[in-house]
Amino acid sequence: MGTTMFEKIWARHVVAEGPGGQTLLYVDRHLLHEGSTAALVRLAGSGRRVRRPDLSFATADHYVLTSPGAPAPDAEIGSMVASLTAHTAQQGIVFFGRGDVRRGIVHVIGPEQGLTLPGMLLVCGDSHTATHGAFGALAFGIGSSEVEHVLATQTLWQRKPKTLRVTVDGRLAAGVAAKDVILAIIATIGAAGGVGHAIEYAGSAIRAMSMAERMTVCNMSIEAGARCGMVAPDETTFAYVRGRPFAPAGDAWAQALGLWQSLPSDPDALFDREVRLDAADIAPTVTWGTSPQDALPITERVPDPAAVADPVRRASLARALAYMGLAAGVPLTDVKVDRAFIGSCTNSRLDDLRAAAAVAKGRRAVVPAWVVPGSGLVKQAAEAEGLDRIFLAAGFEWREAGCSMCVGMNGETARAGERVASTSNRNFEGRQGKGARTHLMSPAMAAAAAVTGRLTDVRRL
Amino acid sequence: MEPFTRITAIAAPIDLPNVDTDRIVPARFLRKPQGSPGYDRFLFHDVRFEADGAEKPEFVLNHPSFRGARILVAADNFGCGSSREAAVWALAAYGVRVVIAPSLGDIFHQNCFKNGLLAVILPGDVVTGLRGALHARPGSTLSVDLDSQTVTAPEGAVHRFELDPFRKQMLLSGQDEIALTLGYEAQIAEFEARQA
Ligand code: SF4
Repeated sequence: MGTTMFEKIWARHVVAEGPGGQTLLYVDRHLLHEGSTAALVRLAGSGRRVRRPDLSFATADHYVLTSPGAPAPDAEIGSMVASLTAHTAQQGIVFFGRGDVRRGIVHVIGPEQGLTLPGMLLVCGDSHTATHGAFGALAFGIGSSEVEHVLATQTLWQRKPKTLRVTVDGRLAAGVAAKDVILAIIATIGAAGGVGHAIEYAGSAIRAMSMAERMTVCNMSIEAGARCGMVAPDETTFAYVRGRPFAPAGDAWAQALGLWQSLPSDPDALFDREVRLDAADIAPTVTWGTSPQDALPITERVPDPAAVADPVRRASLARALAYMGLAAGVPLTDVKVDRAFIGSCTNSRLDDLRAAAAVAKGRRAVVPAWVVPGSGLVKQAAEAEGLDRIFLAAGFEWREAGCSMCVGMNGETARAGERVASTSNRNFEGRQGKGARTHLMSPAMAAAAAVTGRLTDVRRL
Repeated sequence: MEPFTRITAIAAPIDLPNVDTDRIVPARFLRKPQGSPGYDRFLFHDVRFEADGAEKPEFVLNHPSFRGARILVAADNFGCGSSREAAVWALAAYGVRVVIAPSLGDIFHQNCFKNGLLAVILPGDVVTGLRGALHARPGSTLSVDLDSQTVTAPEGAVHRFELDPFRKQMLLSGQDEIALTLGYEAQIAEFEARQA
């Protein structure tokens, strides 16, 4: 019987088998952001050292202000970046800080810099670390104590999860994006559907995707409850990685390539679970509720709690509609929005901004609409091809790189009651600001909502 | 880390599935250092308090009978979403030592153990039954015994739960996991030598 890609990568990282079915795994790459500082502080306080500062890389993303011109933040928010700056300098960790064009969202810059490579075990104190699995890496988010553990030992204790293969075959219709694929997957398996599993995304629709699209899919694995998601590396992957600043070059490249080509799951590998979707069935999708599983094709209506038999599900649905300020049975395309947010580690890469700009071009935003590039380099590349001018001409705000209104830790939040068409990954209560209402969708759909002022089927625009 | 052995305490039911860690601790509190003053008030802040700081009477922990709860009995996928360990820090600051659920967010689950909170996974129907009993008799206590891996319901039924022996040992001893791993230095160095 063959072996899955997950098992191959896992096996390559086993340092020791510990007690009770726990395995000590070696970490090839550790990415840090402002939220990781507390672990650096505790480590220093305990008199321990960072074992491998050369394998750790840090950036500022959650707390950096993204208003044009990148003004200085208030003292408390500013101290989050200052503290990371100081602690990484002390420990000799490379840090992409304010003023560095390479700075950006940790899950955008890892791949962009060639820090994310196939076959790696990569961790970060952030749940969307699964993004890096798009390269055929074993990448998952960890908590603050685990961050401290990795800093001190370069290892982690893990229990082997089960494997789940999600196969999407066929061709996506025009107007359907990677975001729609992952929202459809989550709606199918549920927000808890992947708990305890490592997901491998496979099938012709996934194979046909660019790296940016694969990252969008893997990014939201956590929204299906899975800690990691991965796509087998192939020519698309290698073409993306080649020539990146931290990627192997010369002889090292040839050697690495040999390993990477051996990573995909064997044809006869068995997965603990299999789920299949037909790409042709997937439509532009939006969320209507407060869990990412609350997603429907834009052509549908707001669901009716009265039609749900299970009392827990019915209560939860009613609560979601009350929070979202939606009435059952209303066509989704009748729902008016107050703002649009195009950004986040799910959808802030160059391809995403191109898709949004294609919709914005020649039109006019009728609600405040922000475009927040994922990194300084994405911003630069977008400006080089004139995307900033398209957005500005259409009345969108063109901002600096960062997490921004995905989570609003830097104070960039939506107001209570405001309805946001957002390309981010979480529509939880209060996620984009206390009382803010989030509808998740693709960049093209968010741009369409910005220019019409309501949830819109981008295919009908 | 405070060792865990056995606890008998008031348990509060949290009925909604998929309670995410943004709801457990809103993002704006994440810049406050762990253990800073009033940390216990961050717990469930926006569903627990009005804008003026007054308690929302409908929230379960504001019910007089559940006020001193040290055990939460939650629904599926409690603690999903963000990796923020602050969710566990806030639970601990409030006094919660045990979370019982049919399933938990993976990272939250790990974070519990790192902070001396016992995460108990029991079958969905058992957990639903426990929540039902707590609603029927608010203020009832549950007993959770780590050594025998059991939860004793208010009416006396005993439910055994599975627990990874490694996690169990760490909880019982309150041992520092980093210190334990540093004991594997030889294997780690050997692994690194093989990679080079
Ligand atoms: S963009 Fe959003 S989800 Fe991604 S790392 Fe930043 S805050 Fe987290």
